[in-house]
Amino acid sequence: MSPSSTIEVPEAPQQVTSSGGTKKRSATFNGAMVRRALVDSVIKLSPRHMKANPVMFVVEIGSVLTTFYLIRDFGTASSSENVFALGVVIWLWFTVLFANFAEAIAEGRGKAQADTLRKTRAETVAYVQRGDDIVEVASSQLQLGDLCVVTPGQLIPGDGDIVDGIATVDESAITGESAPVIRESGGDRSSVTGGTRVLSDRIVVQITSKPGETFLDRMIALVEGASRQKTPNEIALDILLAGLTIIFMFTVVSLQPFSIYSGAPQSIIVLVALLVCLIPTTIGALLSAIGIAGMDRLVQRNVLAMSGRAVEAAGDVSTLLLDKTGTITFGNRQADVFVPMPNVEQHELASAAMLSSLADETPEGRSIVDLAETHYGQVAEEVPAAELVPFTAQTRMSGLDVDGRSIRKGAADSVRRWVEAQGGTPPVELAPVVEAISKGGGTPLVVADGQRVLGVIHLKDVVKPGIAEKFVEMRKMGIRTVMITGDNPLTAAAIAAEAGVDDFLAEATPEDKMALIKKEQAGGHLVAMTGDGTNDAPALAQADVGVAMNSGTQAAKEAGNMVDLDSTPTKLIDIVEIGKQLLITRGSLTTFSITNDIAKFFAIIPAMFVGVFPALHTLNIMHLSSPHSAILSAVIFNALIIVALIPLALRGVKFRPAGAAAVLRRNLLIYGLGGFIIPFIGIKLIDMIITALGVK
Amino acid sequence: MSQNVIAVIVLIVLLCISTPLLGSYMAKVFQNKKAPGDRFFLPIERLIYRVTGVDPEGEQRWTTYAISVLAFSFVSVVVLYGMQRLQAHLPFNPDHLANLPAPLSFNTAVSFLTNTNWQNYAGEDTMAQFTQMAGLVVQNFVSAAAGIAVAVALMRGLTRKRSNTLGNFWADLTRIVIRVLIPIAAIAAIILIAQGAEQNLHATHMITTVAGQSQGIPGGPVGSQETIKQLGTNGGGFFNANAGHPFESPTGLTNMLLNWLLLSIPFALGWTFGKMAKDRKQGYAVLGAMGGLFLIGALLVMPFEANGNIHITQAHVSQAITATSPGGNMEGKEIRNGPILSALFNSSSTSTSTGSINSANDSYTPLGGGVILFNMMLGEISPGGTGSGLYGMLIMAMLAVFIAGLMVGRTPEYLGKKIQAKEMKLVVLYLLMVPFVILTFTAISVVMHSSLASIYNPGPHGLSEVTYAFTSASNNNGSAFAGLNGNTDWYNTTLGICMLVGRFALMVPVLAIAGSLARKQRVPASSGTFPTGTPIFALMLAGIAVIVVGLTYFPVLALGPIVEHLVGKF
Repeated sequence: MSPSSTIEVPEAPQQVTSSGGTKKRSATFNGAMVRRALVDSVIKLSPRHMKANPVMFVVEIGSVLTTFYLIRDFGTASSSENVFALGVVIWLWFTVLFANFAEAIAEGRGKAQADTLRKTRAETVAYVQRGDDIVEVASSQLQLGDLCVVTPGQLIPGDGDIVDGIATVDESAITGESAPVIRESGGDRSSVTGGTRVLSDRIVVQITSKPGETFLDRMIALVEGASRQKTPNEIALDILLAGLTIIFMFTVVSLQPFSIYSGAPQSIIVLVALLVCLIPTTIGALLSAIGIAGMDRLVQRNVLAMSGRAVEAAGDVSTLLLDKTGTITFGNRQADVFVPMPNVEQHELASAAMLSSLADETPEGRSIVDLAETHYGQVAEEVPAAELVPFTAQTRMSGLDVDGRSIRKGAADSVRRWVEAQGGTPPVELAPVVEAISKGGGTPLVVADGQRVLGVIHLKDVVKPGIAEKFVEMRKMGIRTVMITGDNPLTAAAIAAEAGVDDFLAEATPEDKMALIKKEQAGGHLVAMTGDGTNDAPALAQADVGVAMNSGTQAAKEAGNMVDLDSTPTKLIDIVEIGKQLLITRGSLTTFSITNDIAKFFAIIPAMFVGVFPALHTLNIMHLSSPHSAILSAVIFNALIIVALIPLALRGVKFRPAGAAAVLRRNLLIYGLGGFIIPFIGIKLIDMIITALGVK
Repeated sequence: MSQNVIAVIVLIVLLCISTPLLGSYMAKVFQNKKAPGDRFFLPIERLIYRVTGVDPEGEQRWTTYAISVLAFSFVSVVVLYGMQRLQAHLPFNPDHLANLPAPLSFNTAVSFLTNTNWQNYAGEDTMAQFTQMAGLVVQNFVSAAAGIAVAVALMRGLTRKRSNTLGNFWADLTRIVIRVLIPIAAIAAIILIAQGAEQNLHATHMITTVAGQSQGIPGGPVGSQETIKQLGTNGGGFFNANAGHPFESPTGLTNMLLNWLLLSIPFALGWTFGKMAKDRKQGYAVLGAMGGLFLIGALLVMPFEANGNIHITQAHVSQAITATSPGGNMEGKEIRNGPILSALFNSSSTSTSTGSINSANDSYTPLGGGVILFNMMLGEISPGGTGSGLYGMLIMAMLAVFIAGLMVGRTPEYLGKKIQAKEMKLVVLYLLMVPFVILTFTAISVVMHSSLASIYNPGPHGLSEVTYAFTSASNNNGSAFAGLNGNTDWYNTTLGICMLVGRFALMVPVLAIAGSLARKQRVPASSGTFPTGTPIFALMLAGIAVIVVGLTYFPVLALGPIVEHLVGKF
């Protein structure tokens, strides 16, 4: 990965492009979204939609059934019976609507974003090379392999690879990042995305995807949730929820004969109310919202997952392959320390090093000036009469001549030869210092002033701040980190030790990387990696989670199952956390849903039979005021808890990196014990309120 | 009281000693490792393999393993049925007992085949000694062994990786019978006989009692049948009075021995599981859940019975346990056992799928009887039947892992095996079958005119009686609450269906899960792995079992034992 892949243009105003950027999306819900969700939750009542969710479908059937009995018996029942029945029916319908609302609001954000992206996809004119001619073709009519000429200001008509030219491209429509990026033919930055705009220069793009199947199209489908399929864990959980629903149906259906035997036959309304309270409606109502919100959280961080399966796999990952450059270290070497020779003052070396680098605009050069200023008290000022000596491949040195002084910095042997040519003798202490720096994985730059060797600048790969802590967290979560680098083993080992990764792969070739992935997978590990080059493609495809950089080649993007629009490899760690959070949220709400049932039983069962067995009042431990208010309170609680948990479902359970045992203890306490206690309180409160409102 | 406490402590100590010893031994046997007694047992096994043409190395896929279990069971049921229908023409029938009628023969054959041992007959005046020895005792051995074999197959599924096979059913069956069941049963039988249990082939002696009455003293090979009936968690007594009969259990020592026998293998299998998983902690967690549920059950029934009947207390009659008085609720209990040891025995027998009793369940206090009922509703996992207890608990573990495992942010896994949609489908199927038959048949029985006539005690107690019968049959326990005439066409048929469902409709999904897990790669454990070898998991496992079962049966328990207790009419 070359460090100059993106050019930062600090002067450019931070404008939000009209086409809308993902980063600028509002994090909260606006009124329009809620209105749209409200309408959607009614539309979603259609059985065709409901049957995808067996738990809520049962609730809907129950609602229809109770509505029928309510209407049938309305004329003959007493008024308190009618109030009760009406209350149950209304809240059963609310239960279904709340579930639909949760899903609709989760989809809302994606839908709004999809609308924005659609505007970008608007029809453009492509200038296609046909032989020697250039013909105008509608972008929707492009064929695979068409060569399109794109000039400044024009939208790139489709996904493709640059076959000729170099240009700056504004990709904010897709990434939300307003700083333009450079795209050029050949190499790993050749791919361009349809819908992005060329800002400068003329390029020729070879179209690689058919209209309708472009990256933008896929992105729209993904954020909108149109192509959403249930993920493996979601399917398994659905089976469990359906199973529990069936078991509780046995319980409720068989209860009627038991009631008849006991001399207290129950009304259909009461039985349906009991069933709805028992089946896992809380998790059933929120399950799809959790999944959609999980995908959305990825989109928020500018990651596009091509399948929900990949998001789940991210939670399961146990080995992370991380490229050294850009992920663990900044992309370039930086000055770390100045090592003076004997009889040379620190400040003299620092001053010379700074002078020699004033004209050096490379990141290395800038880092030397920074170091001299921040740690050695030097002040950089213009040196008017200086003659700059630029770096060349022959001399392998750079520097300047000023006031009769000749200051040079460069590779050790080049500077040594230059000093000797000037008639000087490098001190004996030089060689050991240079060697020590090299051995430690750094790069020594020797600084000389005429015949005198002043000292050595230690350039090194600087590990990103905070990354070592991240790896400690990863280890806590049971994830092994492996650093991949092209460096020699010595250098690699030094950086690996500093960053705190568990293992490293030095002098890595794409084949080595592939072999490592296969080895890890054979041991039962799930592997995640990032990549951008064409030669990364096989490994990206092999890895369980392959995150391709958006700046990378089409081949890499096709091979991976996620694309990082920001092209920051560190994001892999975020992706793992999002995957885990998704599963944790599902598990926690499932546990909550099941432990909720205990309180509901204590509310409903005594209420059903206290008429025939007054002694059962002992089981009414919440002291609910009447059988009707008890049952109705349980139903209302059951519906309201869905609404109360929508924010949690969308946001996800708070994720703290820790070992599984600690996470389990914590969540078991909050959602297990909490799920047991909360309904006792909630049902009691609702009972007090509706009793005050006159339900008897 | 002190004597009771000592007895309970002795039982627990015995179990603490036998569980690791027997558990480790069984692990060696199941894994075909070097085991004590190889020199003696190997030649016998080889002979059996040669005669039957079994290739002990012939590994079977789960389907073949399941078909073997079913085929073996089918042949067993046919032979057992035939033996009862023809016993008048067979040897060892000194009392010249007649052939059994077809429905009873069928019910008994199914009952012993499924390790249920629900008995719609009184052994002493119905079953010829040949039928007892060659029919029922043989089934006591092999039905227990088949249950263990299925549990072994599941353990192999959990511990093998990328394997298509689960072992060989015929070899497993042979080794379990030869190396585990016969030696223990034989030694225990010698102790039992030495203590005075009957063991002969005599006809019934007619004697004149001191009071001048005439009484028949039945003969028979009782001791040899008694021990395997307990060890194999079968429970079908030689006599109608079961372990309450002095010829079955003559002394206090034999009472404790029999109590230990029925718990020994189910608990030891938990240890075996830890051994085969190569992680003792996994075994501890399963044992912890089994032991915890077992103790809670027993410790609840004991005081309910020891405190006696509240109506008697209200009448100012002392029910205190003293050196000279057994005290407590003594209706239907033997004076020599008293309420504590009776409660311990019956609670043990319903916590395992044994079903043998030393006191009458129908006469227990409502809550005491309710707990005994709940023991079975748990699905016989505390510690459950031979084999069936362990596989039931492991299925529960998969459910617990699935529900709670997601909470740590990974695809749930047990012993490194991912629990996914396919496994969940089978787990759910396993969990559905038993509640379905229990609730359906009980519900029909309490509203149908003809079946209502079988209930002796209307009201909540009657509901308990019917529920108990179907729960016992479906969980292959075999104990009866009594107070219900089960010998009608309706109950004979439906209870038979329950027994078959509770056995085979569970075994097949278990083997399917085993097959699916065996094929899977094993995910190495790390600090991100959901911990299944910890006390917190044991607690969760027991908790989820109680919650899921409790939620399913709470209404019927509320209308049966709980109402009966609260109303206070018993």
